[in-house]
Amino acid sequence: MRDLTRADITGIVDLAEKIESKAITINLSGYLAALLFFEPSTRTAFSFDTAIKSLGGNSLMMQSPENSSQQKGESFADTVRTISQYANLIVMRSAVEGAARYASELVDIPVINAGDGANQHPTQALLDIYSIKKTQGRIDSLKIALVGDLKYGRTIYSLVYGLAHFKPELYLVSPQHLQIRKYVRDDLVSLGVNFHETSEISSVLGDADVMYVTRIQRERFSGQYEYEQVKDSYQITARMIEQAAIKSNFRIMHPLPRVNEITTDVDALPCAYYFQQAKNGVYIRQALIARLLGVA
Amino acid sequence: MRPELKVDAICQGTVIDHIPAGRSFQIIDLLEISEEDPVMIGTNLVSRKYGRKDIIKIEHKKLTEEELSSIAIISQEITISIIEDFKAVRKFMVTLPDTLRDILICPNRHCVTNVEKIKTLFVFESRDPMKVRCTYCERVFDSNIKKYIKCTHEHHFNHLSQPQPE
Repeated sequence: MRDLTRADITGIVDLAEKIESKAITINLSGYLAALLFFEPSTRTAFSFDTAIKSLGGNSLMMQSPENSSQQKGESFADTVRTISQYANLIVMRSAVEGAARYASELVDIPVINAGDGANQHPTQALLDIYSIKKTQGRIDSLKIALVGDLKYGRTIYSLVYGLAHFKPELYLVSPQHLQIRKYVRDDLVSLGVNFHETSEISSVLGDADVMYVTRIQRERFSGQYEYEQVKDSYQITARMIEQAAIKSNFRIMHPLPRVNEITTDVDALPCAYYFQQAKNGVYIRQALIARLLGVA
Repeated sequence: MRPELKVDAICQGTVIDHIPAGRSFQIIDLLEISEEDPVMIGTNLVSRKYGRKDIIKIEHKKLTEEELSSIAIISQEITISIIEDFKAVRKFMVTLPDTLRDILICPNRHCVTNVEKIKTLFVFESRDPMKVRCTYCERVFDSNIKKYIKCTHEHHFNHLSQPQPE
């Protein structure tokens, strides 16, 4: 996500808007995308698949390494090079950090990072920014609270670098053990981003335009004990929202899947936006794919 | 009267001087040195400029760019003298390169460079204090990265240069 400029981001968001409003028609007929998911995915994999097929393109889906020749001992590099002979584009998710960047060095076709370990999830950040624009009418100068696992949550790492172009005021809300990594904090300082760190949700509810909640990810912890210590650190409830003096434009977002950090009674509130947010992922991925394939 | 040399002069080769005291063995660890070439190491020697310093003299050795980069990570105060016929024909201080290709091990064990057989690439976020970013996993590391310089010797002293769990 750090590779993208403000103009890159607004360009993709603007194109997604045009695709969603049908102001532009994109035809991906004849294009084939290889969706390589070495780590489990539901929303992202389906979202990419839907994005490509609904524009007339086609896709090959590999949902786990058990289905690949890597199980037979083939190297990652050979797998990626071979698949690049069939496809026009690779979408890759991996638990290995930097895997997609490495893949992009191996092949001549575009590679989209669909999440690499605890590092980055840039297409999620793009759809988050698109969701922010749709709900707030702008991206610039908003007060955005990032809540939950700020240490291991890759969506957070992509989102903060994306938002850094838009003069946000960030509230970083997390238990002490899951605070954002120090080097990212340093990056935010050097990028001139105004941010505050706290462990109290209540202190930011009234100020925030957007509250972006993340799951405490069991799979990123080395031990069950460490996970158990923090897993229920935050729980957003309908009662909590109703009792707070929230702004009229306030929205709750979540990259999903949700476990218990947002109770289901929040879903019916007008400020709950996470399911619409997931739908926005299709448009933003269509825009990104169209840009990378040079068809828009 | 010239003080007696504590480390013998060499006829032809390289002198690595003004090494921070006690770090000469780490530097030896980073260099590709022929088993036949004499190597002299002086450690904890008195230095007017630094108080204490180490020095290494290696016969017949010419340092590669990678070796010079590795040495610069340890200290940019280190000086290199090229010796020919017992005379220093060239003397210079080591400098950090623009990028560090295949010089460091990424301390992040989840980084693709520790999973696949690929060369690491780090870029400087800051030179003083030293901060480098892995271009693959994108994490930034501070001067502790000195522990993660790649070793060329089998019998290395750099025991800590293994990726660590977070």
